[in-house]
Amino acid sequence: MNKHFQYVLRMGDNALILGQRMSEWCGHSPFLEEDIAMANCALDHVGRARMLLTHAGTLEDKRRTEDDLAFLRDEREFFNFLICELPIGDYAFTLMRQYLVDAYHFHLYSRLQTSSDGVLAAIAAKAIKETTYHVRRSGDWIIKLGDGSDESHRRMQDALDEVWGYTGELFAADEVDDFASSKGIGPDPHALRLDWERDVFDKLRAATLRIPEEIWPISGGRQGVHTEAMGALLAEMQFLQRSYPGLNW
Amino acid sequence: MSETEILQLLESVHDPEIPSLTIEDLGVLRSARVSGDTVEVVITPTYSGCPAMDVIEADIKKCLTSNGFGNVLVTTRLAPAWTTEWLTEKGREILKKSGIAPPSRCGNVNFPENRIIECPMCDSKSVELLSQFGTTACKALYRCQTCLEPFDYFKCH
Repeated sequence: MNKHFQYVLRMGDNALILGQRMSEWCGHSPFLEEDIAMANCALDHVGRARMLLTHAGTLEDKRRTEDDLAFLRDEREFFNFLICELPIGDYAFTLMRQYLVDAYHFHLYSRLQTSSDGVLAAIAAKAIKETTYHVRRSGDWIIKLGDGSDESHRRMQDALDEVWGYTGELFAADEVDDFASSKGIGPDPHALRLDWERDVFDKLRAATLRIPEEIWPISGGRQGVHTEAMGALLAEMQFLQRSYPGLNW
Repeated sequence: MSETEILQLLESVHDPEIPSLTIEDLGVLRSARVSGDTVEVVITPTYSGCPAMDVIEADIKKCLTSNGFGNVLVTTRLAPAWTTEWLTEKGREILKKSGIAPPSRCGNVNFPENRIIECPMCDSKSVELLSQFGTTACKALYRCQTCLEPFDYFKCH
């Protein structure tokens, strides 16, 4: 597979799958303002996915559209990080996952603004502003709930312990990342990790949360090998186009 | 027809989410160019997921085809990215009259907005943030501590 296509496709898949998960809270969040905030952030992710998947489609010979890529691929053809597809869990889990990924996106999109791929740089210039608002909000919740009541603290710690093993995959470099960084398309994942760890460790400490020491890295998303949650997510997301091919809104 | 005349025609196209604003006030409309019977209009999206963009594109096409253009091409240009700096003075005034505090002029999303946001109702600078995301992705929800009214703030972007 063409590496440039694959690099952009992975980013599009992360945005799409996380956006799909976040949108599951629409109408179900703990209170109205939070419901609106979560739906707005989900919209930013789905919008970003549209631009990234459209761009990815121009980088391969098959000339697939954003809709072809979102709705007509099977599980093994999706390359998002596993952390994005995990079920929403309780609100503590949702916010913990969100913060860890927002912090990653903040440093990723900051650097992508100078990508040698002009379209990617343009998408990043827009995404970085949105992500600045996202990480500020999710980071505030980490502090409020981590350093909150006994129950909110316990739930946030449980969420952190549960999700931590999935964070290693965010920075695992393979031949696609090496290609992207050698061409100036994307950043070096190791440098990204240092920035992410600095922010995340500070935030978790301020939230009185214990950073898990041992991690059992869980990966596979970027090879198309997913958790059992992915099939159900795709079934819900794709069923309309699969049942009624070509249906228009 | 010149670019200026086309832009005048497009003054009838409004933002579907804040209908008092035209797409020119909003800074979404970037340019228009005619060649033969084709007119190309360039727009830049406000937000990645802004659902208004599809409606805006359809409204531009409707406006220009009803004014006799056979081919209307609407091109989305991503770079340079849209910023709230592109809101016109008129646009900022319309926002305020609609009860929405216009964005701070710093162009910087990290600016401490609390210090410069004014209540659109009573102009007080004593305001508090209720939620970072308001009725649409581009707004945050504030409350005035002087007149106690809640209001939308158009976030700096």
